[in-house]
Amino acid sequence: MAILVSARDLVKEFPLRGTLFDVFSPQRKCVHAVDRVSFSIAEGEVLGLAGESGSGKSTTGRLLLRLVEPTSGAVEYRGRNVTSFSARELERLREKAQIVFQDPNSSLSPRMSVGQAITHPLQIHGIGTPAERKERVLDLMEKVGLSPAEFLYRKYPHQLSGGQSQRVVLARALVTRPDFLVADEPIAMADVSVRALILQLMRQLKQEMGLTYLFITHDLATAKYLCDRIAVMYLGRIVEIATRDALFSQAHHPYTKALLAAVPVPDPRARRDKNLPKGDIPSAIDPPSGCHFHPRCPYAVARCQEARPPLREIAPGHYSGCILD
Amino acid sequence: MPHTEKTILEVQDLSIAYPITIGVVRAVEGVSFTLDDGEALGLVGESGCGKSTLGLSILKLQRPPGQVTGGKIMYRGTDILSMSTRALLKLRGQSIAMIFQNPLTSLNPLFTVEHHFLETIHFHDPSLPREKALAAVGKMLETLGIEKKRLKEYPHQLSGGMRQRIMIGLALIMNPDIIIADEPTTSLDVIVEAGFTELLLSLRRIYKLSIILITHNLGLVAEIADRIAVMYAGRLMEVASTEEIFAHPLHPYTQGLIACVPNILVDQKELVTMPGSPPDLVEPPAGCPFAPRCPKVMPICRLKTPALLEHFPGHSAACWLYGKNVRETRTNPGEG
Repeated sequence: MAILVSARDLVKEFPLRGTLFDVFSPQRKCVHAVDRVSFSIAEGEVLGLAGESGSGKSTTGRLLLRLVEPTSGAVEYRGRNVTSFSARELERLREKAQIVFQDPNSSLSPRMSVGQAITHPLQIHGIGTPAERKERVLDLMEKVGLSPAEFLYRKYPHQLSGGQSQRVVLARALVTRPDFLVADEPIAMADVSVRALILQLMRQLKQEMGLTYLFITHDLATAKYLCDRIAVMYLGRIVEIATRDALFSQAHHPYTKALLAAVPVPDPRARRDKNLPKGDIPSAIDPPSGCHFHPRCPYAVARCQEARPPLREIAPGHYSGCILD
Repeated sequence: MPHTEKTILEVQDLSIAYPITIGVVRAVEGVSFTLDDGEALGLVGESGCGKSTLGLSILKLQRPPGQVTGGKIMYRGTDILSMSTRALLKLRGQSIAMIFQNPLTSLNPLFTVEHHFLETIHFHDPSLPREKALAAVGKMLETLGIEKKRLKEYPHQLSGGMRQRIMIGLALIMNPDIIIADEPTTSLDVIVEAGFTELLLSLRRIYKLSIILITHNLGLVAEIADRIAVMYAGRLMEVASTEEIFAHPLHPYTQGLIACVPNILVDQKELVTMPGSPPDLVEPPAGCPFAPRCPKVMPICRLKTPALLEHFPGHSAACWLYGKNVRETRTNPGEG
């Protein structure tokens, strides 16, 4: 399959605001949000980006769409370097590459009706006549389960349920008929029964509209349901990337194993010994040397502190960044 | 479950309503349950089902304009709802303590960890010398696995997991019998959440705690609770032991809720979904509140509200599907 989007050695550092003295110092402190991340997503694929808060997964998603500018590295979309796009090219990219954020309520303007919100991207990109736009919006609304569409078209965000709001956000992202969608924790705020509906809808839309997803999540159980391949991030780096089945049956990296063991299982017979890593995630301002995970890793040896372990292919398509593999 | 000697808390036919401009929100309707000494009860439901209101009302802390419109809450034989303010202040913290969802908003940003602990201790025991209080705090920190130097730090200097551990320490410092934990891990990451669960389970053994765990997270209750009460639209839909609820859920709502959660240990080709959303609690529909969404709905469901009845020993459900013959329809009745 053809590669749709790829990231090459992406780096994003956010400089910290310091004192006047710090401004003149040669080494200004910064948050190493994303640290040389590379991956590619094939057309029609769902790549999951899993990790805890502060692992850099959301920043990575935004870097792909150039919603934040990378410090270095490149993003390619259909073989073209997005990092060197002009403003106009970028605008055209945004028609084809969209994003859905975590909280639907803060992503929707309370003063725009459902119809206005979903029509807005069509106006921005100058697609269709007003009549065509309305038809397209109503069609899509039915497709994402906002039914009856004519009735909901005039509603405002505060009149919608949580599940409906998330559907509006999805419809707004899909109305320009993109082929790539970054979904940044789209169900984290939703209720249990709504989550299943949104996941099912995302899977169905992917098939009907030929979409490719980057699915950002902290919940590996959800990733297991939706994703073809999963990349696990820790402190700005990808530590393991594998197909869904390989990751869940043969996880290699100790961090991935810890993450898998920590997921609560809705089955009292499955109470497990979790063998959790010690302590908290270190700060991304001064990350540990070598392998970022070594201070918490139960298998750490002296070598782990020395150099960043490269991602090595340990089985076809299965990469792990641990020197013990 | 009937009242026994082991019962430490008993909620009887409790109803709570919020009068608002457009009507009355019936947040909790006729809820009854018991909590045994040393038991962990999971109160499970989705947003707006009334589980937090129920949890707060046990300490008479429901937010205005919330009012108890009926029922009793008996703690060791005394009705909490008719207690004097002074007795309530003693009850809160010393007998029943609460852990809230977001530790950052529950801790005062202007005070150190030490101040939080000393304030709590001195409120309940003003005569205790500072040294003795500090010794108790030191012991608590050891149990929580937090270094002593953290006492001088402020909430913003602590990680999310550590803040939540401080919250549970503050709840336990006066040695209460019951802990009410309202979504204690919602703001935590998976690994931190798992650590908190382990801590709660070990504290439960050390302090011989009874726990009411309020959550929407079925994975979390499966790991902590002995018994589960499922709430929907202000009512209890089903109550049974944790094993029984997951193995043989009776109520279609419970069945749907369990089936729609992704399980990391199982390969799920499709998730079961429950279309629709919970009813408006200002004017709830007649009959069973789940009837409009229920895949097994019958005519009677839309007319009369089913009572929460015990269909198996220790296993109750409020559903018209279960008459007297329920025992024969199932091959493997659980222990209850």
